[in-house]
Amino acid sequence: MRGAKSAKWVAIAGVVSLAATACGGGGDKGSDNANKKIDPKGIVSYANGEPQNSLMPANTMEAYGSVVIDSLFTGLVGYDKSGNITYENAESVTPNGDNSVWTVKLKPGWTFHNGEKVTAKSYVDTWNWDANPANGMQNSAWYRDIEGYDKVHPEKGKAKAKTMSGLKVVDDNTFTIKLSNPIPYFAYKLAYSSFYPLPSGALKDPKGFGESPVGNGPYKFKSWEHKKSIQVTAWDGYKGDSKPKNGGINFKAYTSPQAAYNDLRSDNVDSMPLVPDAELANYKQDFGDRAINTDFSALNTINPAFYTKQWKNIDVKVIQGLSMAIDRPTIAKTTFFGNREPATGWVAKGVKGYQADACGEYCKFNPDKAKQLIKEGGGVPGNKISIQYNADQPHKGWVTAVCNSITKVTGVKCVGDPTTDFQADTEIRDQKKVKSIYRSGWVLDYPFNGNFLADLYGTGVDGNKGDFSDPKFDGLVKKADQAKTVDESAKLYQDAEKELQNTMPGIPTFYNKVNSAYSNNVKKIEFDQAGDPILWNVEVFKK
Amino acid sequence: MGRYVARRLLQMIPVFIGTTLLIFLMVNVLPGDPVRALWGDKPPDPVQVAQIRHDRGLDLPLWQQYLHYMWGLLQGDFGRTIAGNRPVLDEITRAFPVSMRLAAMAWTFELVVGITLGVIAGIRLGKVVDTAVTLFTLVVISVPIFVIGLACQLYFGNNLGWITPTVQDSTNFSQLMVPALVLGMVGLAYVARLTRTSIAENRSADYIRTATAKGLPRRRIITVHLLRNSLIPVVTYLGTDIGSLMAGAVVTEGIFNVTGVGNLLFEALARREGAVIVGIVTVLVLVYLLASLLVDLLYAVLDPRIRYA
Repeated sequence: MRGAKSAKWVAIAGVVSLAATACGGGGDKGSDNANKKIDPKGIVSYANGEPQNSLMPANTMEAYGSVVIDSLFTGLVGYDKSGNITYENAESVTPNGDNSVWTVKLKPGWTFHNGEKVTAKSYVDTWNWDANPANGMQNSAWYRDIEGYDKVHPEKGKAKAKTMSGLKVVDDNTFTIKLSNPIPYFAYKLAYSSFYPLPSGALKDPKGFGESPVGNGPYKFKSWEHKKSIQVTAWDGYKGDSKPKNGGINFKAYTSPQAAYNDLRSDNVDSMPLVPDAELANYKQDFGDRAINTDFSALNTINPAFYTKQWKNIDVKVIQGLSMAIDRPTIAKTTFFGNREPATGWVAKGVKGYQADACGEYCKFNPDKAKQLIKEGGGVPGNKISIQYNADQPHKGWVTAVCNSITKVTGVKCVGDPTTDFQADTEIRDQKKVKSIYRSGWVLDYPFNGNFLADLYGTGVDGNKGDFSDPKFDGLVKKADQAKTVDESAKLYQDAEKELQNTMPGIPTFYNKVNSAYSNNVKKIEFDQAGDPILWNVEVFKK
Repeated sequence: MGRYVARRLLQMIPVFIGTTLLIFLMVNVLPGDPVRALWGDKPPDPVQVAQIRHDRGLDLPLWQQYLHYMWGLLQGDFGRTIAGNRPVLDEITRAFPVSMRLAAMAWTFELVVGITLGVIAGIRLGKVVDTAVTLFTLVVISVPIFVIGLACQLYFGNNLGWITPTVQDSTNFSQLMVPALVLGMVGLAYVARLTRTSIAENRSADYIRTATAKGLPRRRIITVHLLRNSLIPVVTYLGTDIGSLMAGAVVTEGIFNVTGVGNLLFEALARREGAVIVGIVTVLVLVYLLASLLVDLLYAVLDPRIRYA
């Protein structure tokens, strides 16, 4: 679901624009791709939108900006399709025995596009600068695990220190990170764009830098015509593994996904983030084998608001029963035309520690047991529920389908509760004024199962909008956070996930998919589990 | 005449203040917090939320915010956007030229084709041509604009390949042609109908009969005598239409991906960018007011009996 993005939420689909290079449409649709020659200097175009903020990694959390940032910068680590850490700019990131101090060793010889060396100091200076609230970087909370963050970024008022005491430069290519709250999976967080390095010039003139950024990534910045296009070109000096197979990228800004879709059909743009929902039924037919339908680490749930009278002291059997009354496979097939998958747990696919069927029988459609459980649990208070959703995105269809399924099976009255748009929806959730149940979505911040669990259902954490609280779950989370290794931690988090069966803080509904396509101009385009296109790997055909 | 214009210009001041105040208040009543929304689904950072609020003056009481805004406006400062902290003026100066181009093209199309069709139909009242024009305009008015737009895009863009489905460069006149035609279509229908009725009415007026009896050439009768006197309702419509062509092109701009005022306004509304909304509306109000003044002055030119003291 758009707008359900967390770490980098998709900006409101109201960003306007157009691109300079028109590569005449039509073309030889029937011809065989195998006979076409690859142009190593060819430009890939991607349907994007105007980034919300200027192009600073720590100030970019929405999708339009982050796809550009990811082409310009390379961080310490990345991850592969199954959620394992891969090293990018870092040679190694190793924790000490109790995960409290992490030593980062950089690959030597890396430079920024302007020739400045990427050193341990570049990282440490950048992070200290980003964490300071005076510099207004939206993602600064990402540094909160580092010791001394509370001095640089106090809960109120100005910074009391300029540097975080947990960051120490050892030599040009080595630095250490001391954590105030040791966690075994800290390296995963380093994959996020907030942890990208900046050249020293950026910190002196952040405004100018944001308009023409200088990174250390596979592409270097060429131009930004606001609301029209951002162009980047392949950089010869790139030392990393993701060396571009094309000459550059043209991020074209579009007003609406429908406009982008129509351009994509005529080969005026090479790919787009997600096809508009109105085209979900047709896009496979329109694009044939150029249609993309891959796993996307995003999960949709419907969550009871536990602060309401209705759910405050509910017997969990009622929620389990409601969950079992939802015929997920049929809804996925009819409402979503097979472009969603029935969810079987609280962690999405493509994430380390993902386990199938964590929710067990409670996420399987079983009308008889559903009725029985609800009866045993004393029934739904008021015998009526409503599911809150934002009407500016196409949620109405599936909410209605879920409601119909529940009503048909259990006789509980169920209605959709639309709010005007995403902003109004968020406000009601933040103010804890949801009447009954709300729809919720989560896209991975980093591909580790803990991100889907502790950050959403831990007592009092920011992401826990429904005021769910279970000491047993909190205990399991704590245990997982104290594990020695990532693997161990992921395993313990699996236990925590299984425990959610007994409390049902959210009813898993569907896993998202990346539904996109690519044009005839390119050989192939793939997307990763965060829903981002892997653009460096795209080969463009000669015209 | 001069006094009339001066009076009209003075009248604009209360209208201007009233509309901006109204829009300003309405934006503030909308649910949802634009600063909070910067974080999307992710929990916001209270320190930064407070800082951004303070920075953009959103922590002041509403009346102070309004006064601040108006004071800035008088000095040509439209404020800054909440997301991205960019000058609103930049956004406006980027969008208005595009919309002005699109609106001018659509308007010319309405004017030329609309009046021509209207005159032909009005003169040949009840004939086949008249029926054809009436039928055509009826269809255009009853079919929603987005249907016409999407149909044109699909047919000319995706199927025939004559145009790119969306506009690739919003500053290019030839690329804006199809969106302008779509945008001007409804206005054209109204102009044609207004002209037709007006012509049909005046055709049998005394002065036309006199002119015909005098033996003036038919052409001259139509263009100078008949048309000039029949244009008053049409001019009224065309005048007010300038504003709606500029602001009301949201649908057309969306379909063809044109980065004009309509889109900017829509986006600003979705993001609750108060300064952008009020800024655009301010400029649009000015456009409306000036256009209606121009229309009123044109009445005197078209009909010498109308005089402004």
